[in-house]
Amino acid sequence: MWFCNFTDEGKLVDALDIARWQFGIVTVYHFLMVPLTIGLGTLVAILQTRWHQTGKEEYLRMTKFWGKLFLINFIMGVATGIVQEFQFGMAWSEYSRFVGDVFGAPLAMEALLAFFVESTFLGLWIFGWKKLPAKVHLACLWIAVAGSIVSAYFILVANSWMQHPVGVEMINGRPQMVDAWAVFTNNTAIVAFFHTITGALAVAGGFLLGIAWYQLWRRRKDGIDTVDATGKVIVGESATIPGRDKKDHAVWIKSLRIGAVVAMIAFAGTTISGDVQAKLMFEQQPMKMAAAEAACHDGTGFSILSIGDVGSRDCSDVVAVMEIPGLLSFLASGDFTTEVRGVNTLVPEYQERFGTHLSDDPMYGSRAGQEINYVPIMAVTYWGFRMMIGFGGLAAMAAGVALWLTRKGTVPRSKGLMRLALIGILAPFGANAAGWIFTEMGRQPFVVAPNPAMSGIDQVFMFTASAVSPGVSAGEMIFSLVALTSVYAVLLVVEVKLLTKYVRGGVVSAMPELDQTQPRKDDGGTSPGGEGDDDVLAFAY
Amino acid sequence: MDFLPTLWFILIAVLWVGYLFLEGFDLGVGMLMKTFARDEKERRVLLNTVGPVWDGNEVWLLTAGGATFAAFPFWYASLFSALYLPLVFVLLALIFRAVAFEYRGKVHSDTWRKVWDWAIALGSLVAAFGIGAMLALTTTGLPLNANGDRVGGPFAWFSWYAVLGGLAVVGFALIHAAAFVALKTDGDIRHRARRLVGRWMPVGLLPLALWAILVALQHGKWFSWILIAVAVVAAVTSWLANRSDREGWSFLAMGVFLLSGAAAIFSAVYPVVLPSTLDPLWNLTVENASSSSYTLGLMSIVAAVGVPLVLAYQAWTYWVFRQRISVDSLPAPVDFAAAVGAKEKVEAMGGKA
Repeated sequence: MWFCNFTDEGKLVDALDIARWQFGIVTVYHFLMVPLTIGLGTLVAILQTRWHQTGKEEYLRMTKFWGKLFLINFIMGVATGIVQEFQFGMAWSEYSRFVGDVFGAPLAMEALLAFFVESTFLGLWIFGWKKLPAKVHLACLWIAVAGSIVSAYFILVANSWMQHPVGVEMINGRPQMVDAWAVFTNNTAIVAFFHTITGALAVAGGFLLGIAWYQLWRRRKDGIDTVDATGKVIVGESATIPGRDKKDHAVWIKSLRIGAVVAMIAFAGTTISGDVQAKLMFEQQPMKMAAAEAACHDGTGFSILSIGDVGSRDCSDVVAVMEIPGLLSFLASGDFTTEVRGVNTLVPEYQERFGTHLSDDPMYGSRAGQEINYVPIMAVTYWGFRMMIGFGGLAAMAAGVALWLTRKGTVPRSKGLMRLALIGILAPFGANAAGWIFTEMGRQPFVVAPNPAMSGIDQVFMFTASAVSPGVSAGEMIFSLVALTSVYAVLLVVEVKLLTKYVRGGVVSAMPELDQTQPRKDDGGTSPGGEGDDDVLAFAY
Repeated sequence: MDFLPTLWFILIAVLWVGYLFLEGFDLGVGMLMKTFARDEKERRVLLNTVGPVWDGNEVWLLTAGGATFAAFPFWYASLFSALYLPLVFVLLALIFRAVAFEYRGKVHSDTWRKVWDWAIALGSLVAAFGIGAMLALTTTGLPLNANGDRVGGPFAWFSWYAVLGGLAVVGFALIHAAAFVALKTDGDIRHRARRLVGRWMPVGLLPLALWAILVALQHGKWFSWILIAVAVVAAVTSWLANRSDREGWSFLAMGVFLLSGAAAIFSAVYPVVLPSTLDPLWNLTVENASSSSYTLGLMSIVAAVGVPLVLAYQAWTYWVFRQRISVDSLPAPVDFAAAVGAKEKVEAMGGKA
């Protein structure tokens, strides 16, 4: 076989590096879909609730339109989520064996208590229009959305245990769960949960804002909406284009404003939760905090710009050009004077506690005996941290500007601004991805970071180098990396094209009944709408 | 005998049976898209029989995987890493299949639908075969060393048992799906599905029966043969019920066949969960592969609450969508994108209506 030539002994490629790239790619990809599912799901549920409360048709239209986009995205999250559940055993068998006693439980609970709920009730929602009593139908969506949020909680419990292992004792060389309460109320997990949910809402807010802006711009371009001398909108109707009535304007202006407000509130939420996270990180993973700053020496200043090779993994070549004095201390501990330990101080501490070289244990494979580098790749942590904050802040500011610009009921006719609004959709996605890359890469060289509060025989940690499956060859990993990455790339193109198509179609794409020129039924036997439809299943496919 | 690990072994077997029973027919329906359905209308009827439920069915697979990780991390780690390549194909198949279900009807074009039809059919086939092969190998063994790692290269897992297991699940899924379609549809498609069950059931269920018999011959306990006898009786009952137009009974009896067949297989190998073909000393068993009793106890409480709840609301889902559907009840395919204007409208329809 061609790929059997790539053995670990041959040193051509290293299974560990490929496995890490694979994990990074499939997980970041999965997390493009997840925040939109959580955020948009919540908003669609709110919109449908508003429809029930007010009976206003624009809320029904918003529910249908955003619901359609939600489903196109949701299925990609489902499909790529299966990989997540399998890949620990497939590519990271040593990790699975080591942590299984504590890490498997939240994953199994996620499937049993959350994902079942989400999938089953979403199926009821999709196929249950007109079939279920209206209130039950709405409840199904809320239950599905709650399922997706609970699902995020369990996954973050699992991930947070890797950042901050708690509730375990080392027995026979493996951490065993002794305190489930500690595992499931891990402060790292609780804060990460709020950070993730607010991050997801920011994604959904930007999504609504960008797309609604485009639709309002279209209405102006098509001459449907005009503005009077004061700039106030005069809402019109199109006689030729289906669905372009006055309610259509209400759909988009409301969507835009809801999106902008959600984006701003969500960003505020990420700021507050992120601040708490930084303080926890300062205690729990000091090296990650130092690497986020490319902070070599102990100090108090937050770096605005560091030059030199922040990508180097030692500190010989990093110069902080601009710093805000005291800010780093504030981030880390809430005052302006506490010295934040830098890389140069931390490395010897880590070396003393966890050794300078990997042991000769066969579980390290060809890496046995190698020197351990305790400094994460600082180019990634330093810039990842800044991209997260930068993209997030930019999106929130843009949302504020958008609210101001649309105060008179529509958007300016500028094509450039419209494009900016659409491109802006990407910013919160970027912030989410950068945040995850930062927090996962910043944990290296550990896959389970040591908890500084534990010491001696209780010390729980695992080097990433010993986590990979020993029996799986680099060739197999290359095959799966290439296969998954190319399939994911194709599917991303398909998803974006499909979303684009439905976005261009507007509300009519989700509510064909708004278009009077459409055929009703093949046979025309039953009356359109009303009671006749209750006799058959809702055909969603 | 340790109580909790045994309980969890049984529970995981139950999760797999639940998965095969539920996703069995939607995998089969996927395969029937390309073999049984005669035209676009029939394909849409098939899709909509499983439309509201397939995603919920698939979660049984994730739960079986997750529960194995939580309760038997060593089993999970060894099995999944040893079968690395086949599982990559299973994952790709499941990805394509899931996306195809949702995206197929979203563009009004023949080419588009044809591509996704293939994704559904092949995805279902590969997933069913791969899952079957994996389950067969966990009962017949893999070349594992003392650490539980596969030795002998990327294809060392291959054995004829894998092929048999793959065929067993594919065969079962196809017959089970035909019985499901007969139960859920009306008109010509219903009658053809019933004829398919009558004609092909012996062939379709044979590999699963053969797998149970082979495992029973090797490790059988006294009750293995009773379970196999029950399975055979259930299959005959299912066939007879199908012949006398009792589709519901036929479908349920097929479930009994699966349950007793799987019980025969899993109980025969107990307490081994994954044998090593190199040295019986390296077998993974319910004792040496399991999590601590604390974790198993916690998970037992969760399962005691969660599993009945899942069964209840999934049963309700099937009740809500209990009506038969037929080609006559199909609404016209949707042409959206009308709002984008006349020129783009033609484009969006993908040519032909």
